Amino acid sequence: MRKLLRTPQKIDTSRIFGPILVDNEVWPVVKMARNRKEFMERVIDESFMRLKNLRPGTNSLIDELELTRYNEKLRYKTNPWKVDPEDDFVFWNSVKSRLVDLETVDKSEKEKQADAILQDIISRYVHEITGNFKPSHYRLARRIIEFGFSRLLNASRIKGISALWKGNLTLQDKIHITGETEQIRKLAKIGTIVMVPTHFSNIDSILIGWAIHTLGLPPFIYGAGLNLFNTEIFAYFMNSLGAYKVDRRKKNLIYLESLRTYSSLAIRDGCHSLFFPGGTRSRSGRLETRLKLGLLGTAVEAQRINYQQNESGRQSKIFVVPVVINYNFVLEAPALIRDYLEQKGQERYYAEGDNYAKSGRILKFLVEFFTKGNNISVSIGRGLDLFGNYVNDEGMSIDHHGNRINTREYFMYKGEITADTQREVEYTRMLSEVIVKEYHRINRVQASHLVAFTAFQILRKKHNNLDFYSLLRLPVDEIEIEYGEFRKAFSRMRDRVIDLFNADKIDIAIHLIGEIDEVIDLGISNVGMYHTLRPLLKNQKGNIITQDMNNLYYYHNRTEGYDLEKFI
Amino acid sequence: MTSKNSSDKPVGVIGAGSFGSAIANILARNTDVLLYSRKPEVVKQITESGTLQGQKLSDRIVATGNLQYLATQCDVIFPIVPSDNFPQMVDELSPFIKPYHILIHGTKGLFVAKEGWEADPEIKISKDDVYTMSRLIREKTLAVRVGCLAGPNLAKELADNQPAATVVASRFNEVIAEGQRLLRNERFQVYGSSDLVGIELTGVLKNVIAIAAGALSGMGYGENARSMLISRGLIEMIYVGHLLGADTKAFLGLAGIGDLVATCSSKYSRNFTVGERLGKGERIEEIMLSMDETAEGINTIRIIVHLLKEYHLRAPITESLNKVLNGDMTIEEALRFLMKSPFNIDFDFL
Repeated sequence: MRKLLRTPQKIDTSRIFGPILVDNEVWPVVKMARNRKEFMERVIDESFMRLKNLRPGTNSLIDELELTRYNEKLRYKTNPWKVDPEDDFVFWNSVKSRLVDLETVDKSEKEKQADAILQDIISRYVHEITGNFKPSHYRLARRIIEFGFSRLLNASRIKGISALWKGNLTLQDKIHITGETEQIRKLAKIGTIVMVPTHFSNIDSILIGWAIHTLGLPPFIYGAGLNLFNTEIFAYFMNSLGAYKVDRRKKNLIYLESLRTYSSLAIRDGCHSLFFPGGTRSRSGRLETRLKLGLLGTAVEAQRINYQQNESGRQSKIFVVPVVINYNFVLEAPALIRDYLEQKGQERYYAEGDNYAKSGRILKFLVEFFTKGNNISVSIGRGLDLFGNYVNDEGMSIDHHGNRINTREYFMYKGEITADTQREVEYTRMLSEVIVKEYHRINRVQASHLVAFTAFQILRKKHNNLDFYSLLRLPVDEIEIEYGEFRKAFSRMRDRVIDLFNADKIDIAIHLIGEIDEVIDLGISNVGMYHTLRPLLKNQKGNIITQDMNNLYYYHNRTEGYDLEKFI
Repeated sequence: MTSKNSSDKPVGVIGAGSFGSAIANILARNTDVLLYSRKPEVVKQITESGTLQGQKLSDRIVATGNLQYLATQCDVIFPIVPSDNFPQMVDELSPFIKPYHILIHGTKGLFVAKEGWEADPEIKISKDDVYTMSRLIREKTLAVRVGCLAGPNLAKELADNQPAATVVASRFNEVIAEGQRLLRNERFQVYGSSDLVGIELTGVLKNVIAIAAGALSGMGYGENARSMLISRGLIEMIYVGHLLGADTKAFLGLAGIGDLVATCSSKYSRNFTVGERLGKGERIEEIMLSMDETAEGINTIRIIVHLLKEYHLRAPITESLNKVLNGDMTIEEALRFLMKSPFNIDFDFL
């Protein structure tokens, strides 16, 4: 095995992080929840101003209103969700008749009425988006999650229902939080954190919520898909954990601006925030390579406005913290990869579905998730400023030479901080590239990912005359990789991963450094372990087989993007 | 020169070669200019006589040998030094560059971030190792608002105040606007482009074709031959450009075909002159010895040929020139080879 030049992080599961501040009354997120009404008013006012700037003439505003009404009608007719308000039809119908009435009034009255319609639509959206965070609920919800899941966990580990009440295992034994845990605690005290995790599973948001609490951090606000609120029990947790609602069906300008304003204002108020910048769950199982720039852009804008409004305070600095979640087993994997292949195959229109409508389904999902011995790791990345520079523990941005950077200067032109939308769009794009790079750097390779990668690449090489889809359609009972061959290739892959780890281009789980046959066995027994059709198994001869090529491909993808395939 | 008001800060130009001082003169019509040279004798000459290489410099140009002074005095800087010296210049400048600086470079060369590749053909270089100057600036300094200057801008003609146009390319609109504000005058038109890499590469790659055009001219051939070369050369530029991440469009504009036509026809182009002397039978070593400024095309040929090996791509004009430079082919053999070349489709990428 290749020599290690640095040491993989050991996980101390007994480490207890105290709350970073004892008095939770002072947290901006708590203040925001207490003054919810006033906060909404500010969001509505600012959204209104922004939209008036984007659509300056009365006629262009009316066009926008017409378009919005049309799209909304289409939404509630063709893709209604249980969570949609009952008066959707009534509201949009009244907008329709108010728009018709505009034709009959004079110019100044027209503008006044159009503004009023805009105001009403924004107000409706902002009320929908705004979370219902209650600090008391937060504490309760968190306790229920912790209690419930660790009981389930113990029950499944120790077998037998009596174990439910006396287990010794904690969530921390199962969910490993690694990386810059101390730094994020420090940064949360001196500035505002924008956490940007990868997104693989519907469980991510609850998992991250738990990790944030375990690290002793105050609740983060985050945009959760509206479909998750379809379930009453889930909605209760979501509301309690500081979530606001994002409806991916609504793509109209008025909605998107309201959402952006909500996020921007909350960040400016100092609320730690969480975005999944990949947008939706990774369908392919790959780490995100392209990020959605919308919400990330609000952080860049918030930073500029903070600097404009605040002359000295370091409190006004915003820190971006990338987070990578690694699973051995993603419950939704078969459905996700099917979506991915279908989309890739025919660019088919993909309707965002209401997959979690029934409480039963989501509960079953959670129970399965936490009972099936599935270790998860949450890697916390180093803090970045909004321009992609690392920050130190005091929150200072540091350049390649180790010198401090005055980040206000990124917004300066001729000695003054100026607002330049195009500049900020460009900064956001640059930041997203750095985040993607950081994802790859802190991605913690587990044995399960590497066995899947190795096996798939061996098969791809062996059948290099087949195109990609034919490869996936190979009859699984004809696939067998001789163990000796697999072992050699796996060893090469592991050496290469260690090279990358030594060069600080990837992270590795400590179990990867072990006797090779044991590592392979661990990987094979863990990869997608609870799928009906397993991605990898050993047969009686000890050779490697698969029961499902798509699943194998999904778990293989996790280690893509490092050019490892060259070394197969 | 020391201004209290930031809006009339001087603009910096790094490099007092023929192009650098021509740009300094154009800028000086609109603003005060600080012109940096690493050679003390050049600084002295400018300060004492107000001229450089026989060219009269504007009164608004002040020479300096101090990069730190230049960086602290200027918000906007135009680095215009040969690609050979560019990495060293950036290293020296880097500690003084802040995020508010705007840098617009005018260097038409490439840099390879790998040791020893020139001497050893076994050392592979990939796309990622080949840097344009803007990427070098971005990676080595805190500057983010970076742009480049490219177009048919023969230094001699600019110095004579003949009408001309140029392109300022940057991903930032404010950089383009600033470049236009500072450079534009009634005899100098400035266009903008957001395709920074594309515009940089057109400027870099056209030098190769200019050498070939010079060679044809040196061999005594006329306009048919030159036109054949320019059009075939453009296609070769586009293919190589694609490999390095440029879009076709950049090659069809002022900085692409515009600059290509200018440099392929003018004795004022150093690259053309190198080619012409090769065409007359001189050896590259002799030519290099007698020139006081770099012909960027020579470096570019070597980098492109080395790079293409890794990707199994062909660029017949560039490769033939490389053989001539290495003494593996005479210029006549190279021409015969190109005339027999099997790449006989006119073009197939639009």
